[in-house]
Amino acid sequence: MISRIDKDHSRFREIVRGKIRDNLRKYISRGDMTARKGKDTVSIPMPSIDIPRFTLGGGGQSGVGQGDGEPGDPVGQGEEGEGEGAGKAGEGEGSKTLEVDVTLDELAAILGEELGLPRIEPKGTESLHTNKDRYVSLRSTGPESLRSFKATFKRALKRQLASGTYMPNKPIITPVREDKRYRSWRTDPKPQSNAVIIYMMDVSGSMGDEQKEIVRIESFWIDTWLRSQYQGLESRYIIHDATAREVERDTFFRTRESGGTMISSAYKVCADLIEKEFPPSNWNIYAFHFSDGDNWSVDDTSTCVSLLKDTLIPACNQFGYGQVESPYGSGQFIKDIRAAFPSNEKLVTSEITGKDDIMDSIKEFLKGGR
Amino acid sequence: MAPIPQYLRDMQVEIQGYADEFGLDYFTQIFEMLDYREMCEIASYGGFPVRYPHWRFGMEYDHMIKSHTYGLSKVYELVINTDPCYAYLLEGNSSVDQKLVMAHVYGHNDFFKNNNYFSRTDGRMIDVMANSASRVRRYMDRHGVSAVESFIDVCLSLDNLIDPWAPFRDRAHDSGGEAGEDEGANGRLRNVRGYLEDYVNPPAFIAEQQEKAKAEKEASKRKVPVQPERDVLGFLISHAPLESWEADVLGIIREEAYYFLPQMQTKIMNEGWASYWHSRIMTERAMTASEVIDYADVVSSVFATAPGQLNPYKLGVELVRDIEDRWNKGQFGAEWEACDDIEEKMRWNKELGLGQKKIFEVRKLYNDVTFVDEFFTLDFCRRQKFFTFTQNRRSGELEIETREFEKVKSKMLSQLTNFGQPFIYVVDANYLNRGELLLGHRHEGEDLKLDYARDTLRNMERIWRRPVSILSVVDDKPKRIRYDGSEVTISDETTAFTA
Repeated sequence: MISRIDKDHSRFREIVRGKIRDNLRKYISRGDMTARKGKDTVSIPMPSIDIPRFTLGGGGQSGVGQGDGEPGDPVGQGEEGEGEGAGKAGEGEGSKTLEVDVTLDELAAILGEELGLPRIEPKGTESLHTNKDRYVSLRSTGPESLRSFKATFKRALKRQLASGTYMPNKPIITPVREDKRYRSWRTDPKPQSNAVIIYMMDVSGSMGDEQKEIVRIESFWIDTWLRSQYQGLESRYIIHDATAREVERDTFFRTRESGGTMISSAYKVCADLIEKEFPPSNWNIYAFHFSDGDNWSVDDTSTCVSLLKDTLIPACNQFGYGQVESPYGSGQFIKDIRAAFPSNEKLVTSEITGKDDIMDSIKEFLKGGR
Repeated sequence: MAPIPQYLRDMQVEIQGYADEFGLDYFTQIFEMLDYREMCEIASYGGFPVRYPHWRFGMEYDHMIKSHTYGLSKVYELVINTDPCYAYLLEGNSSVDQKLVMAHVYGHNDFFKNNNYFSRTDGRMIDVMANSASRVRRYMDRHGVSAVESFIDVCLSLDNLIDPWAPFRDRAHDSGGEAGEDEGANGRLRNVRGYLEDYVNPPAFIAEQQEKAKAEKEASKRKVPVQPERDVLGFLISHAPLESWEADVLGIIREEAYYFLPQMQTKIMNEGWASYWHSRIMTERAMTASEVIDYADVVSSVFATAPGQLNPYKLGVELVRDIEDRWNKGQFGAEWEACDDIEEKMRWNKELGLGQKKIFEVRKLYNDVTFVDEFFTLDFCRRQKFFTFTQNRRSGELEIETREFEKVKSKMLSQLTNFGQPFIYVVDANYLNRGELLLGHRHEGEDLKLDYARDTLRNMERIWRRPVSILSVVDDKPKRIRYDGSEVTISDETTAFTA
């Protein structure tokens, strides 16, 4: 039977989900979600889920306290009351802002529902499995190195008690062969990831902090969604200005470099990476490139186009290009590649003028369901 | 939920023996054992195993389970005011903890049974709540879960608008009992010299006065309510255009609000009393030498004080002890008050031994407000290092404001008055002769929280189905906040509401 509190609890969760859905656009455009990420959960601050009442407190906080100190000394905010007698009738002591932990899967589901994202059909390959052994049970034969002392001792003790050979004054337990128990394992298949996201970002001088923030938020959401679609997902990060290199996640979001922009350098690194580590026959590959669209030269742009045409687009499930508006960039690149690939489904382009566009841009990228 | 094992039953017999020895007078006490999930579940329901379904219980539960899991806080003990009195013990607590909890629970139990403010609560509230829960479930089956639940949200938003004295008033006396006092005077002015009667009260004047009085009486007869009404919930049940299930749900919320009211009114006393008794039972009787350290550890966290808050356990127990001590030594009465020699006061001991008698009397007759008002003395305030704090307007930080006794006490009393809730009345149910509802907030120095007030007005309108206003004071200016079904407006008023 489902207990009553579970029902009430799931109603509460539903309300929370509803609130998140209503405010999704706000949450998405606000960057602090990414900072609030735990291992599998995000904690979302939820200011107003309590019940309004006529209450006092129009002015500032004040009250009576107890302890040392002179007038004018600061008073630490008391921790919430601890000790006995919680659960008195009074609810809502003080105003605690509610922090709700939401799992990334749940968040992705909300995102999916809200944006109407289709589920992704994985590429034909069977997902790869590796096997993992876990010790879960006991058996009566096995190598001595796996002998379970506790189980063996217990059985020996039981036997000696039953047969009357146990002496309380001299409690020596001697296991015989039938007493011995060995740990035994089960082999579980562990699905191995067969999807990878390759993020590329332009870190040339023209990309400011705001632009990078946009990229970070957007990639967080793309990550969240794709992760919910694949079990285990690899992410790789490439930054480029006039040259490109693969970097760690942290570096990707923090670095500020300067210099010119040669987009082809990133595409080359990406193509190499795919060739070496992620054969397209086995992998679902997603590549996203963010830039302000200010490429060095027309020549370089044509190199990019040919790289895209010959290598990247055929290899990827989808290639996304997001152009973040920047006061310095010319924004030419998006026009060039739109012209070069007028109707290629695998290439998705999106222009992001500010934080409010992030949601639409995510939708643009993910609506194809590839 | 499980009955308690044998060793705890033995323990209960032992503790109950001490309670009898000390003269505690309690309802039959029943303990049950819960694991921590069940404990959190029941605690979220305010101690009652069956209540109507509502998300906020789930929210409480979420919060409690989390703080329990992360070790931030733990529900040690849970006791409810019913006859027989149920209390829950947490499985896995050490035996000294269980002993302490039992002793504490007997203190609460005695308080529930004997304190006057609890005298009108229903001893079978468990059944009452279970019955209302099944009615609410039935409404949910018929009208849909979310319709009923959102109506409960609306009702809860108003559940502090009750009259703390209503349970103690006779219903008959309540309505229209007050016969006009100055009726006999017939509007005549006072006149001691008979021969001047015609000059002081000429017939035309008398007729005019009588006419006026009659008109006033007529007007007040038509006015609903006749006098400002504090039991707003009760008023809404009888006057608002509610469907029968809605009226029933509102009634359920009101009944529970009245049930929980005495606990809010006696938080400090109740905890102080229970702590006083667990402390005496444990230290004088029940505790063994090996348990001293664990006992001290628990008690120190229960009585811990933090600068920014008031610990009701600590304040309560210290006050009870102080009263006992003063009445034992005879430190009360006119003679004591008149004495201003500090040396003599320090030595003052008439060996009256009235302490026990006095604290039992106090636990019967007082609530938090009267308790603090009468027994929170200058000496006590100094000894316990009380102060008031306030928010520094510039830095936004909380700072110690003063240690002056009068200010500390008046701050404390104002926070306890009406258990910290505003005084709200129904003033007029036919405001402006348009069927609008007018409420009045009796301003006692602190403003309403405006954003909450707005949302609450919205909920009020949902019940009244006509525009709703409240008279209040914002930043020292009388204002009227009105919600007409689409927007909230705030307008100036000439005078503030008084009741």
